[in-house]
Amino acid sequence: MSSIEPLHRSPPQSSRPPPALAVEGLCKTYASGLEALAGVSLEVEEGEFFALLGPNGAGKSTLIGIVCGLVEKSAGAIRVFGVDAAASPRAVRAMLGVVPQEVNFNVWESPLDIVVNQAGYYGIERPTALARAERYLGQLGLWDRRHSRARDLSGGMKRRLMIARALVHEPRLLILDEPTAGVDIELRRSTWRFLTEINASGTTIILTTHYLEEAESLCESIAIIDHGRIVEDSDMKSLLNKLHVETFVLDLATPLGSPPDISGYAVRRIDATTLEVDVERDQGVNRLFESLGRLGVSVLSMRNKTNRLEELFVRLVGEGRAQQGGRDAGPR
Amino acid sequence: MPALARPELVALRTIVRKEIRRFLRIWVQTLLPPAITMTLYLVIFGRLIGSRIGEMGGHDYIDYIAPGVIMMAVITNSYSNVVSSFYGARFQRYVEEMLVSPTPIGVVLLGYVAGGVTRGLLVGLLVTLVAMVFADLRVESPLYTVAVVVLTSTLFSTAGFINALFARTFDDVSIVPTFVLTPLTYLGGVFFSVELLAEPWQSLARANPVLYMVNGFRHGMLGVSDIGPGVALALTGGAAVALLVLALLLLHRGVGIRS
Repeated sequence: MSSIEPLHRSPPQSSRPPPALAVEGLCKTYASGLEALAGVSLEVEEGEFFALLGPNGAGKSTLIGIVCGLVEKSAGAIRVFGVDAAASPRAVRAMLGVVPQEVNFNVWESPLDIVVNQAGYYGIERPTALARAERYLGQLGLWDRRHSRARDLSGGMKRRLMIARALVHEPRLLILDEPTAGVDIELRRSTWRFLTEINASGTTIILTTHYLEEAESLCESIAIIDHGRIVEDSDMKSLLNKLHVETFVLDLATPLGSPPDISGYAVRRIDATTLEVDVERDQGVNRLFESLGRLGVSVLSMRNKTNRLEELFVRLVGEGRAQQGGRDAGPR
Repeated sequence: MPALARPELVALRTIVRKEIRRFLRIWVQTLLPPAITMTLYLVIFGRLIGSRIGEMGGHDYIDYIAPGVIMMAVITNSYSNVVSSFYGARFQRYVEEMLVSPTPIGVVLLGYVAGGVTRGLLVGLLVTLVAMVFADLRVESPLYTVAVVVLTSTLFSTAGFINALFARTFDDVSIVPTFVLTPLTYLGGVFFSVELLAEPWQSLARANPVLYMVNGFRHGMLGVSDIGPGVALALTGGAAVALLVLALLLLHRGVGIRS
């Protein structure tokens, strides 16, 4: 493990700014003996929109909990914009905004009080806090409900309230743990637009999500965590390039009795007007359509069978589990 | 504790304000019951039974018990305010709002204790106003009286905070007030002078810390006490400081707040 740079250090010689988040060899074993993180290392560059994916229990929330100071690490180091979290936890917390997975505000208070109080914990004077609360509650469509009791808000409103609360001190790094879970599609898309604007204004965002479409459309970089280990850490484009075979669904104009025989492609008939075709990445689809045209098959539309990232995610996590199983089954 | 910088003062003010608004919002649960309970004590024990008892410590019985009744209200309300509020924050996890912020953990403690002291003093004031209807109340040593009541309230607010750190269920929040605090308060010389007790009960009663606070307060108001006023003040202040240090140590070790 490399040594931690001293705090308040002089500006680095290189022009490259320090990463927004640098995690090195992070381990966490709970008192129960559960090993939640087993040496996680990753870097998130300043300004990135970063996705952290993983199945339930993979260690995502533990990792976020350690970064924001709610969980004690067992080993490892964390730096936020170059500041060591162990040596200067308060300076690090001042730069972070956190939206947790579960509702964690006082449900008897009003959204306005919740957001203004949060600003107070960051040392922001009340007049400034009120102005910012108006801005963020307004942007997230909650200003009209500012005096309601928080328990009376809908699930989607509660999630947006937590986003407004996390932004009131204008953090440099915003961490969102499943921010759109259980939110309807329209609200989810408006939240995406809002987060994209926040990111465009310079805030680095780390997002955990179960909606892989969300990660693929919003994030430039991605890490996949499973069993407390990072199993993939790259930019989205490189990751998607690893997908060698994609499955497409073709909707046909006229019914077919049997699947057409096209050399080099695995074609399956799902029903009379639907085909499924496996296409290898270097094959392309031109020859497929030429062959279908020659056979007189008219295609109305084509779509991916599953989200591309989802296919990769399932494969990577599956491979990781197979390796884990192999290790576990080895000689003792 | 080092002097607080401006952002820390803003954070402290935020927590205290939030705590005061919390107990004022639910005043029917927090302010009214002690006023009614203590009125009943004064009417039943002080007026009805007290008229047959006569004098105690050179004062009418109702005048003698009034300071103890006020102190009992201060003690129970300081404790219950902090234990229920901070455990509620842990239970609903909104304590995380403060833990993820740069607010020093000592400021969080100070804010909750200040909230508990404010409720304790406000309830004490209400009960005093009620007691003035029934008893001939006066304050012999105002500064001493204020010092004892503030330190006692600080001590029990901090004790409530420590209870909240260890509590895992709402049962744990009520166990200490029911099985420890109430017996100690009732046996702490609120309704009687320990001089009336035979040995070994009198020595045993002197091991009860609440006795020192009740008698310190009684000394401040009436000028009579079973305990030396200096001893009462030093013990109350010392215990308050010791518990504050203990609470701070527990917080720095992450007890009850970090996994």
